[in-house]
Amino acid sequence: MSEPPLLQATNVRKHFGKVEVLKGIDLTMRQGQVVSLIGASGSGKTTFLRCINLLEEHDGGEILLDGDPIGYKLAGETRKRLSETKISAQRARMGMVFQQFNLFPHLTAAENVMLGLVKVQGKPKAEATDIASHWLGRVGLGERKDHYPYQLSGGQQQRVAIARAVAMQPRLLLFDEVTSALDPELVAEVLGVMQALAEAGMTMLLVSHEMLFVREVSHHVVFLDQGRVAQEGRPEDVFDHPENERLRSFLGRFHGLFGR
Amino acid sequence: MIDYHFDWSVITRNWDKFTDALLLGLGLAVVSLAIGSVIGLLAAYARLSPRKWLSYLVWAYVEFIRCTPLLLLIFFLYFGLPEFDITVLDKSQSFVLSLSLYAGAYMCEVFRSGLASIPKQYVEAAKAIGLRPLQRQLYVVLPVMFRITLPAVSNNLISLFKDTSLAAAIAVPELTFTARQINANTFRVMEVWLTASGLYLVTAYVIATLLRLVERRYAAIR
Ligand SMILES: Nc1ncnc2c1ncn2[C@@H]1O[C@H](COP(=O)(O)OP(=O)(O)OP(=O)(O)O)[C@@H](O)[C@H]1O
Ligand SMILES: [Mg+2]
Repeated sequence: MSEPPLLQATNVRKHFGKVEVLKGIDLTMRQGQVVSLIGASGSGKTTFLRCINLLEEHDGGEILLDGDPIGYKLAGETRKRLSETKISAQRARMGMVFQQFNLFPHLTAAENVMLGLVKVQGKPKAEATDIASHWLGRVGLGERKDHYPYQLSGGQQQRVAIARAVAMQPRLLLFDEVTSALDPELVAEVLGVMQALAEAGMTMLLVSHEMLFVREVSHHVVFLDQGRVAQEGRPEDVFDHPENERLRSFLGRFHGLFGR
Repeated sequence: MIDYHFDWSVITRNWDKFTDALLLGLGLAVVSLAIGSVIGLLAAYARLSPRKWLSYLVWAYVEFIRCTPLLLLIFFLYFGLPEFDITVLDKSQSFVLSLSLYAGAYMCEVFRSGLASIPKQYVEAAKAIGLRPLQRQLYVVLPVMFRITLPAVSNNLISLFKDTSLAAAIAVPELTFTARQINANTFRVMEVWLTASGLYLVTAYVIATLLRLVERRYAAIR
């Protein structure tokens, strides 16, 4: 029997008030895969990532991580939200990197990376320090580990945030437009780190508007349109042979990059 | 007034009394701030609690304290509690209780707005690394909140220090009470009150300066 997929989302639904934002999303990810979500603003990309990481509660469908349902257990017919402690434990199996970095402002770069290692994983401080140094070195910030977030550039902060997420050795890393808040000249350094992670075999689900990067790094690309998967497939197929009309017009906005 | 001849020897002779009284006042302020901060923090969480009755209870406490003169509270606890056969507190303790309840209401407001002003992204980042609810408060929300509220807490400490002069009303031998006593014994009005005022001023200024240094030390967040 084959292993269950690392992530399996089935018919995921979510609404805010009366507005249905996710209208039944399916997604399967295997270990080591890099999957990208693309789509227009408001299509539900962020919401879907947040449902996976339990920052939002999905109202329908199912999300399985290594075969375990995320966020809920079934009590007969009805779904029951897990306790916050159980949910925290599930979140610890995933990492998330945010658009606005969200570093803890009162902690140095190294302390930002160490907090979860010590408090969530219960690692001794010395070991956590070593792990933090290792990962900050890997993202090119070995020299800056004692800097506070306000002493770092946006690109550096975002690399610390990535180090903080990977250091926990998550099963899955979620990236939500992690370069959108950066000055253009700082984008490359962050994409470089992400590419290295992808090449090292990290399982990654990314939302990005950096289409060239998405095309290069992804194994699978999903185009979301108004809360539905409108087209998905290998990057070549999605970018070079867009069948969906909305996908065509979406790609058309990145003028000159694709087709024609 | 024009004939007033200053005689500062009254101050040097009573200098120890002045400093003891000053230290007592400072002690009362610091202890009250400490107790008041604990009350204020619990009250702030209660105020933000989804349990309506708890939130209203704290609201009533805060508004009651804010709308009542502190001196009344001091009299009420000092003269009132014994009427209910509660006589365990001496006058300093009774005063500390009053000032702590008073400080608690103000600290509640400081902490409540501090908690409310913490960007929710920090909490989400804390969730994302798997911190449990209590851990999120302990390691992320509270440390950030204390840094944000430090200037307001400093101001409160200075106000509380000046408010300790009200303890004179129930004969706690702090600076104001002591100055009045020395004045009554020596009739050196100007020397005594100028000295007492000077001591309040210098002490408040020193506290403010020290706290500003602490604030700068923790300016790690903007
Ligand atoms: N907390 C919320 N409350 C109400 N509506 C929300 C909330 N969060 C998102 N929405 C709505 O859900 C829809 C999808 O939002 P989402 O942020 O997932 O889009 P997105 O694809 O990430 O867009 P963008 O590219 O702009 O980041 C939008 O219409 C948005 O207004
Ligand atoms: Mg988004």
